[in-house]
Amino acid sequence: MSEILRIENLHKSFGDLEVLKGIDLTVQSGETVVLLGSSGSGKSTMLRCLNFMETPTEGKIHLNGELIGTERGGRMRYREAELCALRARIGMVFQHFNLFPHMTVLENVMEGQVIVLGRAKPEAQDKAMAQLDRVGLAEKATEYPARLSGGQKQRVAIARALAMDPEVMLFDEVTSALDPELVGEVLKTIRQLAEDGMTMLCVTHELGFAYHVANRVLFLHEGTILEQGEPQSILKAPATDRMSEFLEGHSLFKLPD
Amino acid sequence: MAHNWDFATILQNWPVLWVGIKGTVFIFVITVVLGLGGGLIVGVARYSKSPFVSWPARAFVEVFRNTPVLVQIIWFYYAFPILTGIETDPFLAAVLGISLNTMAFSAEIYRAGIQSISRAQWEAGKAIGMSYNQTLRRIILPVAVKRVLPALTNRGIEVFKMSTLASVVGYVETLNQAKLISDLNFNPIESYTAVAVIFFVVLYPVVQGTYVLERMLRKGD
Ligand SMILES: Nc1ncnc2c1ncn2[C@@H]1O[C@H](COP(=O)(O)OP(=O)(O)OP(=O)(O)O)[C@@H](O)[C@H]1O
Ligand SMILES: [Mg+2]
Repeated sequence: MSEILRIENLHKSFGDLEVLKGIDLTVQSGETVVLLGSSGSGKSTMLRCLNFMETPTEGKIHLNGELIGTERGGRMRYREAELCALRARIGMVFQHFNLFPHMTVLENVMEGQVIVLGRAKPEAQDKAMAQLDRVGLAEKATEYPARLSGGQKQRVAIARALAMDPEVMLFDEVTSALDPELVGEVLKTIRQLAEDGMTMLCVTHELGFAYHVANRVLFLHEGTILEQGEPQSILKAPATDRMSEFLEGHSLFKLPD
Repeated sequence: MAHNWDFATILQNWPVLWVGIKGTVFIFVITVVLGLGGGLIVGVARYSKSPFVSWPARAFVEVFRNTPVLVQIIWFYYAFPILTGIETDPFLAAVLGISLNTMAFSAEIYRAGIQSISRAQWEAGKAIGMSYNQTLRRIILPVAVKRVLPALTNRGIEVFKMSTLASVVGYVETLNQAKLISDLNFNPIESYTAVAVIFFVVLYPVVQGTYVLERMLRKGD
């Protein structure tokens, strides 16, 4: 296993509000890391800093050994072109899918490949079909997003991110907006990715998913990683009261004996 | 007082009117393309985060939205050449007045369209590595423009009617030619009625078409 992502002393403030207060994390290739934490603890902010949807206030991020940005005058500076190139290497899936409504499913999955990576259309189409097949939606290629169910939309969004051949995938509560009966199909897709060896960071409230799929669980509290460990131990025997309280709040989750 | 309508002289002078109609269509095509096309550029600039871009765009919009087109046309014809030394003619003065006014109004339409697109769409483009311009061009504008298409066609209809203002500086269009016929034949009632009828006959089907368009767009959502 090799290191894919290294985060050092990550801070993020919005005005006076300090949301992330120094996060250190190293993610190995092929690892599935699940982020837990109560609402407002900074989970989304942390994910969004990793692909620079938000610019960190302080700290360093390395992707595949290379430092993102350049250090000058004790601060990190980022060029927009560099950040665009970086975002193309990191896949992100959102809670509300955010598909492009004026494009078919196939066009959604081709768009980034053609416009950002400059792939030729036939190649992009082959790639797109392969990813749609992977999420089980090849037969929906010519539909518009408005005609899909929530679960199908989310799987298209996953295929759209995968088609860019990302080095890391970020999932931010991707099942939270779905009807309960549609959650399973999306989780199954993500689980398959984990088994295929994709490196992933997932924010989720699905503790069952965390238990069965994650290699490591992080518990974020007030902008720091309060505890972390293997799901089988940390979910059954959390070390802090905070995390115990958090887990008790998720009454739906029944740990296997 | 009863008026004895007599459209025979209008029909006899049809070639004169026809020259005017061609003048109207010509200036309409030029001003609608410049106005709605340029408005897109100003509208995008108006939306920009950089004050160096958005502020001049805003100043432009305010100046041309808050002055009468008629005054602008006259100004470009009489004042502009003296102030700048650049000669204008009736056509150029009218094109400038109508296009700039249309750019200002349509810029606000485009901006409203862009603003109506949710931030999530910007984020989705950004997340796959698109630049601001790529996201704007590929993701935001296609949906935004489609949404404001009814408002833009209304603008187009306004532009068509505004073309009559060009007559004030002597540009040869329908109203100007009607005045000519009226002066020669002493029949202002028939002449100006004919102008009104011509505009109505052209615009009525177009307006009906826009209703159909609006319905189609609503169904597409
Ligand atoms: N763009 C922003 N501007 C200002 N404050 C923000 C912004 N984004 C997030 N915050 C604030 O940062 C804090 C952490 O937000 P974040 O979305 O990261 O939490 P979260 O852990 O993802 O919560 P949830 O489970 O509700 O999604 C919150 O107090 C939020 O209001
Ligand atoms: Mg969140």
